[in-house]
Amino acid sequence: MSDLSSHMRVLSQALSLRAERHQVLASNIANADTPNYKARDFDFTQAMQSALGGRGLGGLGLARTDSGHQGGAGAGARPQLQYRAEVQSAVDGNTVDMDVERAQISENALQYEILTRLISDRLQGMRTAISSNQS
Amino acid sequence: MSLFNVFAVSGSAMTAQSMRLNAVASNLANADSIVSSDGQPYRAKQVVFEATPMGGNTATGVRVTQVVNDASPPRMVYDPKNPAADEKGYVAFPNVNVVEEMTNMISASRSYQTNVEVLNTAKTMMLRTLQIGQG
Repeated sequence: MSDLSSHMRVLSQALSLRAERHQVLASNIANADTPNYKARDFDFTQAMQSALGGRGLGGLGLARTDSGHQGGAGAGARPQLQYRAEVQSAVDGNTVDMDVERAQISENALQYEILTRLISDRLQGMRTAISSNQS
Repeated sequence: MSLFNVFAVSGSAMTAQSMRLNAVASNLANADSIVSSDGQPYRAKQVVFEATPMGGNTATGVRVTQVVNDASPPRMVYDPKNPAADEKGYVAFPNVNVVEEMTNMISASRSYQTNVEVLNTAKTMMLRTLQIGQG
C-alpha cells in the first residue's frame, strides 16, 4: 500500500498548497482598499517542487516532542511569499489589481476542484480493484 | 486547515467595508446639518483601514483603526436670512462632498460584494473537499 499513500501524498500536498494560495489571494482582495498594502502571491510550481523535495521552510508536518510520537509526513511545506509586480500604481501605495486577483482566485478554485476530483477518481479506482473479484 | 482562515480574512474585510458604508451614510444624511451636537457644523467622517495579520503568516485581514474627521474647511454659503449666519451673512455648511461620498459608497459596496464572493468560493472548495471519495 505504500504506492497508494505516496500517490496520495503528491495530490494532498498540491491540495493544501492550493488552499494556502486561496488564503493569500483572499488577503489581497480583503486589503484592496488598504493604503500601502502590497499584493502578495507565491509561485505554485516552485512551492510544489520544494514541498515534494522536502526543502520546505518550516513545513506543515507534525512536531515530534516525544520519542513515542509518530512522525507525520506533513501536508506540505510553507511557500515563499513574494510581492506581486505592480501594473498600475495607485496614489495610496496599494498594489492590489482587482482583475488579476479575481482571475487568479477563480483559476485557483478550479485547480482545487480538479485535485479533489483526481483524489476521488483514484479512490474509486482502488474500490474497483478491491471489488473486482467479488462478483 | 488554512481555508478556515479565509472566513476570518474576508469577514474582517466585510466588517471594515460596512463601517465605511456607515460613515458614508452618516455623511450623506448630515450633508446639510449646519449645527451638530457640539454646536459646530457637522464634519465629514472618514474611516482608516489597516492590514492586520490573522492566523499564520499568509492571512492578512483588515481592520478600521480610527474614524477621523475630514480636515477640509466648511462650505461657506451666503444666506443672510438664515439664523445661523455670521455678521457677513455667510452660513458654514458641513464639509461633506456629496460626489465623493457617492463614489465612496459604490467602491465600498463593490468591495463588499467581492469579499462575499471570495467567501463563497472558499465554502465551495471546502464542500468539494468533504465530497472526496463519495462518488
